[in-house]
Amino acid sequence: MPTKIEKDTLSGQDTTGHEWDGVKELNTPLPTWWVYTFYATIAFAVVYCALYPSWPWLSGHTQGLLGYSSRAELSLELAAQTEARAKYVDRIRAASLADIRKDPELFNFAMAGGRSAFQTNCMQCHGAGGAGSTGFPNLVDDEWLWGGSIDQIYATIAHGIRNADDKSRQSLMPRYGADDILTAAQVAAVTDYVLSLTGRAKATPEGAKIWQEQCVACHLADGKGNQELGAPNLTDGIWLYGGDRASIYRSIYYARNGSMPAWSGRLDDATIKMLAVYVHALGGGR
Amino acid sequence: MFFRHEKIETNVILMAVLTLITVSIGGLVQIIPLFTIESTIERVDGVRPYTPLEVMGRNVYLREGCYVCHSQQIRPFKDEVERYGHYSLAAESMYDKPFQWGSKRTGPDLARVGGRYSNDWHVAHMISPRAVVPESVMPAYPFLAERRLEFADIAQHLKALRAVGIPYTDEMVANARADLEAQVNPDADPTALLKRYPRAVVGKFNGESAVITELDALVAYLQMLGTLVRFADLPPDRLRQ
Repeated sequence: MPTKIEKDTLSGQDTTGHEWDGVKELNTPLPTWWVYTFYATIAFAVVYCALYPSWPWLSGHTQGLLGYSSRAELSLELAAQTEARAKYVDRIRAASLADIRKDPELFNFAMAGGRSAFQTNCMQCHGAGGAGSTGFPNLVDDEWLWGGSIDQIYATIAHGIRNADDKSRQSLMPRYGADDILTAAQVAAVTDYVLSLTGRAKATPEGAKIWQEQCVACHLADGKGNQELGAPNLTDGIWLYGGDRASIYRSIYYARNGSMPAWSGRLDDATIKMLAVYVHALGGGR
Repeated sequence: MFFRHEKIETNVILMAVLTLITVSIGGLVQIIPLFTIESTIERVDGVRPYTPLEVMGRNVYLREGCYVCHSQQIRPFKDEVERYGHYSLAAESMYDKPFQWGSKRTGPDLARVGGRYSNDWHVAHMISPRAVVPESVMPAYPFLAERRLEFADIAQHLKALRAVGIPYTDEMVANARADLEAQVNPDADPTALLKRYPRAVVGKFNGESAVITELDALVAYLQMLGTLVRFADLPPDRLRQ
């Protein structure tokens, strides 16, 4: 194709020299600002590649002159954070739970730290405000399954309930119906007895007999429960798994035996202490 | 001009050769780093292939598209490490084919969800997320608690994974079915299972059903996520890539 570059009279620009049936193409240069910005980005890329990790190579990649790594930066940030918090956290780590509660400065810090740890780790089961839900205990009332003193709360958080941790709280209610310890009719009779503790049914002699044989060892004769074994009080009208007849029947038939993870391997001791202070102060601490 | 593009455009052989060279460069840039990918995997202890039950749970995770809303990668940033735990290692997804890092978090990251909640919580949460977390926008998956897990072909699953590079031994393939059943039966002797798959979590994950359901497999998978590497006894230099 013959090419002939000529000057366009209207725009003053050269043409590309291509022509198709009399239609010619202007060779308008790119705007200067655009061209220099483009050159600047190329220069930036060269500098960036030199300073930061960039090119993969046969055994690894170039490290860059700054020696940057996001992991190294993270450990610096975490170290700086630990140092900034150390003023209080070190004291919390050293102090007893009772002393933390007595010192207003530490108590405030523990409440703030405990609250944020609670929102991250505990709210999924116990609710954002600690009110729990079916199967997951309410932490704002003053009824406790495993004890509501601050040391008992600390132990529950650190080692959990019915898990593989050596110091986990342990107890096991038998599956009375499912494992054929009681017949369905007997479970129904003892369900009536449990309902009678809150005045909602009339206990039968059979139900009372089974209660004496099977239940009092953990729930005690008056049904007030035993926090050493995590056996709930059955007379207070608070029902973790529902208090209607069907739910109680199911609880006896299949047993519940809820569990909680141990947090001592996951959170550091100061965080667990702050959590204990926070949960204790939610309203129900003994 | 020293080199006229007209010459290339009018010579089909020259153009084909130069195109081939250009495309090859692009290919090499993408392919060569794959040969050195081993160098990016940290040498840590504890990471093992998934147990047969976890494989099935992971299949449910993929089928239901959990990765659309949940990532499985804790990035090395302060806020993420504070919330989720130690940042994820490449080594922790080396037996993931394909990996489940994800790129979107409508729900939280799940890379270290294992052991964080009880089995009962996972079951209650899958059946009705808002029963336990009122603020949740997660869909409910109650059918998983009822659907029987189909695992007659579990050995084939392990073989298929072995074909793409997961080191399942012949022993693991031969015992796949027994291992799957042992992991979901708290009364069985787990010694053989734990020997093949250290730190496997054993239990009847879905207490709502007497048979082995899809939810058993899914919860087994969730309960092991991020639990294999013990960071407490890991010297920092082992994390160097």
